[in-house]
Amino acid sequence: MNIAVCIKRVPETAEAAVNIDSSEKRIVEDQLVFDINEADNYALEEALLLKEKTEGDITLFTVGPKEADEVIKMGLAKGATCGVRITPENLDSLDSYTIAKLLAEPIKEENFDLVLTGCISSDAGNSQVGVTLAELLGIPHASLVINMEIEDDSVTVQRELEGGLLGELKIKLPALFTIQTGINEPRYASILGIKRAAQKEIKVVENITVEGMKTEIVRMYYPPAGKMAEILEGGVEEVSGKLCEILKGKGLL
Amino acid sequence: MTKDIFVIAEHRRGEIRDITFELLTKGYELSKDGGRLHTVLLGFQNEKMIDELKPFSDGILNIDDEKLKDFNAEYYQMVLSNLLQEKKPFITLLGQTAFGIDLAPSLATALDMPYAADCIDIEIDKERVYTEKQIYGGKISSRVSLVENWGYMVSVRPGSIAPKEGELKAEVTAITSPLKEEIDYRRFVQYIEAAKGEVDITQAEVVVGIGRGLKEDKNLPLMEEFAKSIGGVLACSRPVVDAGWLSKDRQVGSSGKTVKPKLYIAVGISGAFQHVMGMKGADTIVAINKDPNAPIFTVADYGIVGDLFQIIPKLNEKVLEVK
Repeated sequence: MNIAVCIKRVPETAEAAVNIDSSEKRIVEDQLVFDINEADNYALEEALLLKEKTEGDITLFTVGPKEADEVIKMGLAKGATCGVRITPENLDSLDSYTIAKLLAEPIKEENFDLVLTGCISSDAGNSQVGVTLAELLGIPHASLVINMEIEDDSVTVQRELEGGLLGELKIKLPALFTIQTGINEPRYASILGIKRAAQKEIKVVENITVEGMKTEIVRMYYPPAGKMAEILEGGVEEVSGKLCEILKGKGLL
Repeated sequence: MTKDIFVIAEHRRGEIRDITFELLTKGYELSKDGGRLHTVLLGFQNEKMIDELKPFSDGILNIDDEKLKDFNAEYYQMVLSNLLQEKKPFITLLGQTAFGIDLAPSLATALDMPYAADCIDIEIDKERVYTEKQIYGGKISSRVSLVENWGYMVSVRPGSIAPKEGELKAEVTAITSPLKEEIDYRRFVQYIEAAKGEVDITQAEVVVGIGRGLKEDKNLPLMEEFAKSIGGVLACSRPVVDAGWLSKDRQVGSSGKTVKPKLYIAVGISGAFQHVMGMKGADTIVAINKDPNAPIFTVADYGIVGDLFQIIPKLNEKVLEVK
């Protein structure tokens, strides 16, 4: 089985301060640590598990700057076959639609049985690229996939719906799935894998300009203050005492 | 060019989902710019849903077909791409839900239509459409413009619009389903209910929610002890379940459970909207987080900014003293 996995290099912002730069269209990236997008890491693992079962190749695709090679190399170290990095001249003005468009071209050239992406990115969070890509490739899709079982030329997938409910679908290959976090346990790259990855090819697509953006960031801003918790001030001892008093006062202790 | 607004109704197992009423509330506001508001209802045996939807829009476009009973993106897209091409609404609204996420991106692409995802607000300025959204886990807001077109598609984040009662009386138009043959490459099979766990977190009066800030599962006993001291149960946000530290039935949020305890203490949880959806109904919310800018502090009533590994042991001590 030949599998394409689309991955993205994103800044880790869950526990970091995020600041907007002077253009008001981007964040300041200097102080941030970058890694593979969390959901994409689960998509990659799902591909690696399938490869162990069915043989075949895994090709990684990413749209990003030169530094995005880091996440491709990590994927190659874990066992992917090769990688493609797409770096258009107008990288900064891409929207989800044009990212999907850039991915569609090289993916269309090869006959993949399966295309996997993460179901959401931790930066823009549109949950849009994967399903758009499926439409551009003309193949069926399922998003938010939390379980998948392959039997011959079809796949039974479970989509995660609201409130813990799952929706089961049967889909014929070739197909595209956007993978939800928690579907598996992503592995770490081994030392041997990292050594082997050095020999593997990363194809670079550059000197191109993509057109046809559907959306544009007008400006970024900090969320309006609005409602804010009463922050308890003081040392550990003091704030703990204060909180207990408040909870006791409300009859909650 | 019409200024009509279409809302794609979302339902599951015969019940209209809350997001539909949120979309209709926003759609009504947007339709005041000289358009009419239509609910687009794709389903099977829709009578009961039609009655419930009538007060919320000027018109209901009803497509009743057994193939549309349970959501299948392929069938829904076939019906909607025909309908939107023909009716040319100015803005089509869907929810950023398991339904909308599976449908909107491919539908918009098939129609070559600008689409803005996961928006919390929408504004029309002359012929242009602008949306507001949150990025980087809610730490940054972004204003997005959609490129000029005859129509636009926007998906709206659940819970971002307070639904209002409807005062309209929709005219119902039956539309013949264009679906003919069964498609075999994508079939809906069944719904699968979530497994029940040993503890029902929705019944607890005090819930201690833990998140990514827990760092490692070896830190779980500390939280279990604290939850016990304060008379509550332990629950969590998605990353804790993804890492396998707690089971899925402990997850609070849009894809997990909704809890409404008297007291919710969020520890090491940044406050992604998916989590907030599941706990914002708690009477009193306390947040403990090391990042003063964590969105959880905009939901909480009381906050402590600091290291949970220092605060929780001390807090545990104090709680035991007071009790």
